[in-house]
Amino acid sequence: MQDHKVELSPEGADEVKYTTCYMCACRCGIKVHIKDNQVKYIEGNRNHPVNQGVLCGKGSAGIMQHNSPARLKKPLKRVGPRGSGEFKEIDWEEALDIATAWLARARATNPRKLAFFTGRDQSQSLTSWWAQQFGTPNYAAHGGFCSVNMAAAGLYTMGSAFWEFGEPDWDRTKYFMMFGVAEDHDSNPIKRGLGKLKTRGAKYISINPVKTGYSAIADEWIGIRPGTDGLFILSLIHELLRAGKVDAEYLQRYTNASWLVFDAPGTADDGLFARGENDEPQCWDRQSGELANPKTAGANGALNGQYQLPDGRKVRPSFEILAERYLDDKYAPDTVADQCGVPAATIKRIATELAHVAFEEEIVIEQPWTDWTGRKHDKMIGRPVSMHAMRGISAHSNGFHTCRSIHILQLLLGSVDCPGGWRFKAPYPKGLDSLPRPSGRPDQVTPNTPLRGPHLGFTRGPEDLLIDDDGKPQRIDKAFSWDAPMAAHGMMHMVISNAWKGDPYKIDTLFMYMANMAWNSSMNTDETIKMLTDVDPDTGDYKIPRIIYSDAYYSETVAYADLILPDTTYLERWDCISMLDRPIGHADGAGDAIRQPVMEPDRDVRPFQSVLLDLGARLGLSGMVNEDGTPKYPDGYRDYITYHERRPGIGLLSGWRGRDGKDTGTGEANAHQIEEYIKHQCFWHEEFPDQIKFYKHVNKEYLEYAHKKGFIVNEEPIIAQLYSEEMQKFRLSADGHGEIQPPDNRRDRIREAFDPLPTWYPTYEARIDGVEEYPLYAITQRPMVMYHSWGTQNAWLRQIHGQNALYISNELGRKHDLANDDWAWLTSRSGRIKVQVKLMDGVEPNTVWTWNAIGKRGGAWRIDPKSSEVKDGFLMNHLIDELLPTKTGTQLSNSDPVTGQAAWYDARVKIEKASPGTEETLPQFPILSEPPDLPQTPKVSRFGATFRKGGK
Amino acid sequence: MTSLPANPSPTKLGLVVDLDICVGCHACAVNCKEWNTGGYHAPLTDTNPDGTDPSGVWFNRVHAFEAGEGKAGRTVHFPRSCLHCEDAPCVTVCPTGASYKRDEDGIVLIDESMCIGCKLCSWSCPYGAREYDADVGVMKKCTLCIDRIYNENMEIVDRVPACVATCPAGARHFGDLGDPASDVSRLVVDRDGYDLMPEMEIRPTNKYLPPRPRRDEDGAITAATSMEDASPEGGFLGWVDKLLSGAGDVK
Repeated sequence: MQDHKVELSPEGADEVKYTTCYMCACRCGIKVHIKDNQVKYIEGNRNHPVNQGVLCGKGSAGIMQHNSPARLKKPLKRVGPRGSGEFKEIDWEEALDIATAWLARARATNPRKLAFFTGRDQSQSLTSWWAQQFGTPNYAAHGGFCSVNMAAAGLYTMGSAFWEFGEPDWDRTKYFMMFGVAEDHDSNPIKRGLGKLKTRGAKYISINPVKTGYSAIADEWIGIRPGTDGLFILSLIHELLRAGKVDAEYLQRYTNASWLVFDAPGTADDGLFARGENDEPQCWDRQSGELANPKTAGANGALNGQYQLPDGRKVRPSFEILAERYLDDKYAPDTVADQCGVPAATIKRIATELAHVAFEEEIVIEQPWTDWTGRKHDKMIGRPVSMHAMRGISAHSNGFHTCRSIHILQLLLGSVDCPGGWRFKAPYPKGLDSLPRPSGRPDQVTPNTPLRGPHLGFTRGPEDLLIDDDGKPQRIDKAFSWDAPMAAHGMMHMVISNAWKGDPYKIDTLFMYMANMAWNSSMNTDETIKMLTDVDPDTGDYKIPRIIYSDAYYSETVAYADLILPDTTYLERWDCISMLDRPIGHADGAGDAIRQPVMEPDRDVRPFQSVLLDLGARLGLSGMVNEDGTPKYPDGYRDYITYHERRPGIGLLSGWRGRDGKDTGTGEANAHQIEEYIKHQCFWHEEFPDQIKFYKHVNKEYLEYAHKKGFIVNEEPIIAQLYSEEMQKFRLSADGHGEIQPPDNRRDRIREAFDPLPTWYPTYEARIDGVEEYPLYAITQRPMVMYHSWGTQNAWLRQIHGQNALYISNELGRKHDLANDDWAWLTSRSGRIKVQVKLMDGVEPNTVWTWNAIGKRGGAWRIDPKSSEVKDGFLMNHLIDELLPTKTGTQLSNSDPVTGQAAWYDARVKIEKASPGTEETLPQFPILSEPPDLPQTPKVSRFGATFRKGGK
Repeated sequence: MTSLPANPSPTKLGLVVDLDICVGCHACAVNCKEWNTGGYHAPLTDTNPDGTDPSGVWFNRVHAFEAGEGKAGRTVHFPRSCLHCEDAPCVTVCPTGASYKRDEDGIVLIDESMCIGCKLCSWSCPYGAREYDADVGVMKKCTLCIDRIYNENMEIVDRVPACVATCPAGARHFGDLGDPASDVSRLVVDRDGYDLMPEMEIRPTNKYLPPRPRRDEDGAITAATSMEDASPEGGFLGWVDKLLSGAGDVK
């Protein structure tokens, strides 16, 4: 027998450092193994609340992201025409001088001249504050083109939202419905959760036009027609109401179901809440037969009936209006089935199952708790039905209402923040009281002065809109105007288009971070590229005169900027997963985290957050300089994370506050705070005591705790808003009430979209004249192993998905004589692309789809311009117009009318077989030049060879 | 030709892959690659990593495909790596003794120092689980993370294959399939775990667990498929009053 030598216990890394992943947006904890000053291995951190030791394919490919040949290495100044990719390297001092001069000029003349948009930014607590100190109203991150419909619908309805602010009770739920999840958000927690609940034998239904990824393991796949989920959900609600299967006590106590609404059509009060003392809402007490404050302990508000106030005005509980609405036959399963592509029997059966699990299989935790009124409850009752929804719901022009419909369904079942239901993640829920209103009205913007309040917020009515006396939008993206009154995350997808057009005004400098707007992050990519390079004949300058961009990699967008500030990789930086942004809290505890640099950059690059603080100091922005003009945070972002306070005692991180590091939540800044985080694996986590783990929105002890920790501004209960008075206020203005009213050409749109109860209407694309010519729905799904263009350039991941086909149903293939690998033209009202098709079974027959962001432009990302991503890959973006055809004379964006959410998945197309010809996707674009002196890309990568002793 | 162990120990280390909950996320494949490219077989070479047709050495690959149509249709995510067969043809076919099966735990390994890169083993493997590294001219393959599972420099809890440690869905299990009392053996019995391509008669150690019966309309939660109307009694929403009749009593 041969004696084979196997080293069973090789020595590990020289060092293992903890930090936070950034291979997607999920913020998992990682351990980075470093050997010979190289990253050898990255694994999940077992103790981290988000991923608990596991790590997805993206996270596991971090080494290749960190070592990517596409990394920029020095600041760049454009020398060729925009889009040529011709740059020269400059040093940081010159780069920062140029940027400072451009920014200072805008600030001194009209701060609106700067538009600062930060993409997939996890440092929004810094970037938004910086923009506020600068004074421009034009700031947002990428939420407007991602999932603001989810965030806004959730926050307005119940002070929280899917994914980042809430999660299913994976350990207890018995029935789980997932709507339109594009395979990643959130990555590891969903996979862990699905594994757990299926192993326990819980039922899992996936509602998605495409059966891939998560949908593949569902007990039941509902291949719904895109944009009709709202109808399907309202039909489930119809069935539950018809059968009287709702949690009436939950509704009475924890929602505004009993709140009385004026029934006074045509008047300025119609549909508003009848309010009593201190502006408190009122209910009709079932015992006393008198008005009462529904938030008080003894209140037993009626959910039905019609009543008269002492002054004679008629009122009804909001629940009765809701029930009347959804009991209408127009929501009956038999009515909606064809539109949704879901059999009526299936809708009826699912409603039956929901009712059965919620009310016949309730779970009880013997844990006393106290509600906000002081009422003692001796146990926690759980309705073990939970839901999750994401992009497939969000990216439609009816997405806000669809998402709100899901929340109403959850609330009717009494399954919000109860055992087995869908649970809030700290620091949420937050009532509207805790959420700001947007700033940027004419009187809030002054040269050389900070903006008087935060940019992004939650409008409560027309008085909060950012418009001037003539109703004109004040932001470059038109967020919080009549076009999108509740645009809580801004509308990044409209910035380039509006700035190019000078509508509502021209800007001077566009400053962007981490968003590939000249490629996969914009609608209408081809036209966007033209806008970025279009020259104003009057000035001879570009219509968007100056573009500053920060990115770590040579993305397509770099080629369209004038000044490039090269960022580090995620392993080379400080970062803060802050309580002021989207921290790592979960249902059983609060938490936040940091990223620490585990590697030193080997290039002349700087972390964007520190660069921003440096620019702020050079500009003399308040809060960024000391009285003597010296920088307040000389050590950059690390200093800011430690010392910045938003309000006294409230900083970016909640752990180890106070001079001695003993405080959590609030407390003085602690010079050693970051050292404590590093000592504790780069995160802070505080488990809740059992009596505050559920019913947090109405749990006295939780509300006190959350207030003390600074999560919320008072201890008021967060009563869920089935019926939205905020929405009704906008609708009343459209009906001609109040001083601030929409222009006539927006009245109908506001009236339709600002329904105080969730509604369903066909998407705008579906209503365009001639839509019959485009019978198919076109959507994208995100590959589970890739996050946008970062993931698709990764040397390992591109071996998994190196190109994207257009997936169509077998049925559609037969209809158009299309076989696997045939070429086809896909045409929308605004664009045409040539693609290769693949046939499949698991797709709704009227839907075609592809993987998101795999198609690449030749010359970008340092991959060979002849690669399959360029020649065979494609973007659906070319088919999606960022504007709707105008019927009113003024242009509207292709967005949700409430929130301004980009309506990516409304796209309608037709398909035709392409005649034989060149076998590459169209359109193709000229190959970009590369920045100077980037290292050669290797023909063969032997990464890891150096870690082996005695290898062959 | 190379012999299989004459007196194998009863220990048979291997993997159990649960196809009921594998979502095809490739975490196992990528984490395997990053561990092993610095491990026993380092490197897991990539050719043209940034070029056209990039390809590399992967010990674990996940295949996605559809089986059947319509209601019976399934989207399958199928992770595939060496199954450490008891009658491993890749061992017996090896002309040099480079490909061997360990006596003590049944792991099939390649001793690169003896491999001449003839590829007979990869031709003989019905699962296509061997990976030729053209850059160095040797065959490489899944080692069941032999440099982790016995590694005394690692915490005990970490001494499992990388693919098992990282799997987000918990679809991968590692253990001794030769011990009927082990967790993995019990899982195989409880869930009707099966051999891949049993007709090859090479007795793979790794097992796959089939999807559980689906709880769709055929495995319904409740016998009822629709609900009675509640409204006629007591008029519109009359049922609400009944539901609230106990309101005020605190639960």
